[in-house]
Amino acid sequence: MNSAPLNPVYRRRLWIHRIGIALSFMAMAVGLFFLMWILVTLLVKGVGALSVGMFTQTTPAPGSDGGGLMNPIVGSLLMVGLATAISTPVGIFAGIYLAEYGEQSVLAQVTRFVTDIMLSAPSIVIGLFIYAIYVANVKHFSGWAGTFAISLIAIPVVVRTTDNMLKLVPNSLLEAAFALGAPRWKVATMVRLRAVKAGVMTGALLALARISGETAPLLFTALNKQFFSADMNAPLANLPVVIYQFAMSPYDNWRALAWGGALLVTFSVLGLNILSRTFFSQKIRN
Amino acid sequence: MSVPICSIVMPLAESEKKALEVRAADKMLIATMRNQRLQDFFFHKITLGFALSVLLVLVGIIISLVIGAWPAFKEFGFAFITTVEWDPVNDKYGALIAIVGTLVTSLIALVIAFPLSFGIALFLTEICPVWLRRPLGTAVELLAGVPSIIYGMWGLFVFAPLFADYVQPALAHTLGQLPVIGQLFKGPMMGIGILTAGMILAVMIVPFISSVMRDVFETVPAVLKESAYGLGCTKWEVVRKIVLPYTKNGVVGGVMLGLGRALGETMAVTFVIGNAHQLSWSLFSAGNSIASTLANEFAEAESKLHVSSLFALGLILFVITFIVLSAAKLMLAGMSRKEGLK
Repeated sequence: MNSAPLNPVYRRRLWIHRIGIALSFMAMAVGLFFLMWILVTLLVKGVGALSVGMFTQTTPAPGSDGGGLMNPIVGSLLMVGLATAISTPVGIFAGIYLAEYGEQSVLAQVTRFVTDIMLSAPSIVIGLFIYAIYVANVKHFSGWAGTFAISLIAIPVVVRTTDNMLKLVPNSLLEAAFALGAPRWKVATMVRLRAVKAGVMTGALLALARISGETAPLLFTALNKQFFSADMNAPLANLPVVIYQFAMSPYDNWRALAWGGALLVTFSVLGLNILSRTFFSQKIRN
Repeated sequence: MSVPICSIVMPLAESEKKALEVRAADKMLIATMRNQRLQDFFFHKITLGFALSVLLVLVGIIISLVIGAWPAFKEFGFAFITTVEWDPVNDKYGALIAIVGTLVTSLIALVIAFPLSFGIALFLTEICPVWLRRPLGTAVELLAGVPSIIYGMWGLFVFAPLFADYVQPALAHTLGQLPVIGQLFKGPMMGIGILTAGMILAVMIVPFISSVMRDVFETVPAVLKESAYGLGCTKWEVVRKIVLPYTKNGVVGGVMLGLGRALGETMAVTFVIGNAHQLSWSLFSAGNSIASTLANEFAEAESKLHVSSLFALGLILFVITFIVLSAAKLMLAGMSRKEGLK
């Protein structure tokens, strides 16, 4: 093809095509480059801070040496764990409603629309909301307030995936169950939900990943605490806020800890993401 | 006595018993059905309750923001939106700097992220060998998984210094020399500022836009593309003239979705925007966005009016993102209807 003399119009079209494809390659390369850049930065700066002490010592006082991230790690695990425990059942039930009754009622369609909006709504506004209805009333920051804030962020994720997954269940399966005389609630929970259990779990995992790194809504709900505490009714140390405050601080050991914490959070979140994806892809293959 | 009676009664009793049994079975069936209908009724209402709670949260957010913002709007009126001054010392507040900062950073992010996302979506749907699609697609989506605070740290400590040393001087020497838009690329090169925030936002929203684009590109019927190839179109022409026009609404929806994300992004912007209440033509200068103002000042706000003004900022942000995201949703809904027709 190249040896034959090409007509100018075709040659121009070919060049435009080649440039377009080359730009597309470059875009992909740029995307991967930034991912790699961020991950390598985290590894280079964070690995130095990783030690047993990071998991066993509490956050250092200003100016003192050493210290670890034990209290924020415990605080984050507490809040994320409780938030998952709250948001998963709420999200699954709401998702069942949307999938079961969503076609008939206007209300369900409005809910579906609102869920989609809440999925991308600014998380800092959720923090403001919890501050207004909870923190301002009890007059102190607390671990519970932080838990509620991140639950509200997790719920739409679970609702959305549950709804999507339930819609994948073939009608013949449901009709078979109905024909045996099963009531609707049994068909919905024991046949339909069970058929896509893995997918729904994926939704819960994704929500967990999403809230593990959330910082903005915790700034004025859970706040921070320098000492070890598991009291959910008091300000609670948590990894994202500690990373934020330590990264902005003038102390070298604080900054090193911030990078260590950042490494920990990012790799857990990305690990959860990859886990939920492989989990779900296996489900599809079956 | 008993023998004849028995012999007479027995057959009667037997048939009657059977009838009774049948009736009892019927009754039990009816009872079970009634029971099940009751269970279904409660099932409906309980799931409905959970679904309603999602709606209630939205209504609650709007109401609580309006209540919180009320004193500020009462004090400053609608001039709050157009007032430049933000002065906690004298208790005078206006939202213009934060609103402009939010819109400008998001706009920069879109201008950069749109071509990047388009390139990535094109690569993943048309060019990439099938076995590489999954891993590469996952890699791009992992960019969305990285917490925003990590983008902030990376942006402040790694990206901004390099940006100040290499990119900003280069921009100032080229685009900065142009007559009108030159104004945008002048000023102190600190590495942090509006432009840096916009660029980091761009990296953050690329995965959202490109994944929507990928999804809508895949809805194009193969027949359409094959017809174009059959006429001798190049791959680029197929994408430009067949795929893009067919998925126009979906692409715009994806871009709006990315815009919605960029508008509300907090931590990454807070790290790199410079947090200065100032308005400047230069994109190199430090600024503030609505979300970064909230993150910086809310926990420390003392005066009632300060808190209320911050609530007012939150309300403005929520309303803007709500409108943008609704528009995105409606455009994408039109897209999936098209898919249904296929």
